[in-house]
Amino acid sequence: MKQIVVISGKGGTGKTVMSACFAALSRNAVLADVDVDASNLHLLLHPEILERHVFKSGQKARIDVEKCTGCGLCLPLCRFDALFEDREGKVVVEPLSCKGCAVCFHICPEQAVEMETPIAGEWYVSKTKYGPFVHARLGIAEENSGKLVTEVRKKAREIAGSEKRDLVIMDGAPGIGCPVIASLTGTDLALVVTEPTPSGRHDMERIVGLARHFKIRVACCINKFDLNLENSEQIQRWCGEKSIPVVGKITFDPAVMESVVRGIPYVEYTSNSSADEVRSMWSFLLRIII
Amino acid sequence: MIISVASGKGGTGKTTVAVNLALALQHDHEVQFLDCDVEEPNAHFFLKPRIEESREVFTPIPEIDDSLCTYCGKCAEVCAYNALAVVKGAVLVFSELCHGCGGCSLLCPEKAIREVGKRIGVVESGRAGEMAFLQGRLDIGQAMSPPLIRALKKRLDAARTVIIDAPPGTSCPVIESVKRSDFCLLVTEPTPFGLHDLELAAATAKEMGIPCGVVINRLSLGDEDGKVRDFCAAEEIPVLMTIPFDRKIAEAYSRGQTILEAFPAYREKFLELFEKIGKIGS
Repeated sequence: MKQIVVISGKGGTGKTVMSACFAALSRNAVLADVDVDASNLHLLLHPEILERHVFKSGQKARIDVEKCTGCGLCLPLCRFDALFEDREGKVVVEPLSCKGCAVCFHICPEQAVEMETPIAGEWYVSKTKYGPFVHARLGIAEENSGKLVTEVRKKAREIAGSEKRDLVIMDGAPGIGCPVIASLTGTDLALVVTEPTPSGRHDMERIVGLARHFKIRVACCINKFDLNLENSEQIQRWCGEKSIPVVGKITFDPAVMESVVRGIPYVEYTSNSSADEVRSMWSFLLRIII
Repeated sequence: MIISVASGKGGTGKTTVAVNLALALQHDHEVQFLDCDVEEPNAHFFLKPRIEESREVFTPIPEIDDSLCTYCGKCAEVCAYNALAVVKGAVLVFSELCHGCGGCSLLCPEKAIREVGKRIGVVESGRAGEMAFLQGRLDIGQAMSPPLIRALKKRLDAARTVIIDAPPGTSCPVIESVKRSDFCLLVTEPTPFGLHDLELAAATAKEMGIPCGVVINRLSLGDEDGKVRDFCAAEEIPVLMTIPFDRKIAEAYSRGQTILEAFPAYREKFLELFEKIGKIGS
């Protein structure tokens, strides 16, 4: 079983559009949305949810006002600015800032601090017309997105194993931080979707650096290729120097946005030449990883 | 006044709105620009700042003094992030899991743990036109951006008009960036993706108790504009500005040009946007 993740560094370059196309073009894959923070793939795959699971990870401190004497010992020790004194001199926790380190819990002489494990999100196993789909929803302002990504990936691999499916296709998150690292480790290929803009290129260079750091194979797709041919040329040259195959050069097409508005994978929405470019990119990718 | 620009979904135009708003204001206001998208800082492409100073940012991680350590296991027990493990005759530190809370060194009964700095990135500062410019840049391979964002925001000067370019999403890096803003501008696009993530971003701002308003970018796409407006009306979030879908704007962006450079008439629109924010903020 092989795993491919679609990433980009910069947001909005077309990760989800491409992932949905791959879902539609694949024959025997498990699909996963590993952008658990702002997931969108479900809007194109229209899943029917079969299983719901609660995700709990990380704790938050809560202070029992009855027990707190307002001694203030905990206040300077909190490195996350999560503790405040209220008007009565008691300490309160600002839950959005609390990272659950439990230093206050350990240090409090009155045992006034309790550590709670709130529900941090949900993850789902769903059915789509393209195959099984594992996705998640991290609660607003939550942490541990990396752990939720790991959870989603574990389930997707499990399904691939039990249903004898040979591929896991993952729609990744923007950035280069914790959830992206969690989605990259141990994958067989990272497809970097970029665009011919200064930000697209800069962010691609950083995400390629990250993938290489974890020794993950990289391929590149230049989306909206014709928006700036000079920049596209530069990206291709850079990829050449780094021995990164450019597997797709997709022409700017307003129909991409129309397909998103209609909620249909782009390759199913239209059969124009840009959609053909996406199709040939998919066969190219398959040749690389299988 | 501190205005942060956020979005939920990536690539909706946060940097475009933040940069052009800052440029429109720089003549009549003391503007300080903070690029808090430290994983992928991009505002510098458009503001072209002269970086005058770069400061390394470190996060504290534990270092064990073997001559004092009795391998009692207390540190591993109190670490909420499993960043420490005690095995026969050794303490292992997994620095990438460490959140720098200081619990282990504080609670070690033998005082055998001291904290040393691990570099996570840099905060760069300088000037762009008439404004003060600061950005964070996370080192590649570092997982945790919030400590770097905190270091960047320590330099925030609340006496000025501060524009914060936030990262995408709704989780901890966004919270850290938007926290303590007076106003949060949410940039969206009229697609199901844009609307879905706007709902998340609006809920985040609400959770934080920060008033917000919406900018709809790439207007005229399909029929989702109405849905975005319906959502804003239902949530009582004002739509403060719209920017049309125009290949020429995308092309200008691809050349590193701002909207104000390519289409100077937009200056008035961004000043109007600021005026509306001021009215809501006060």
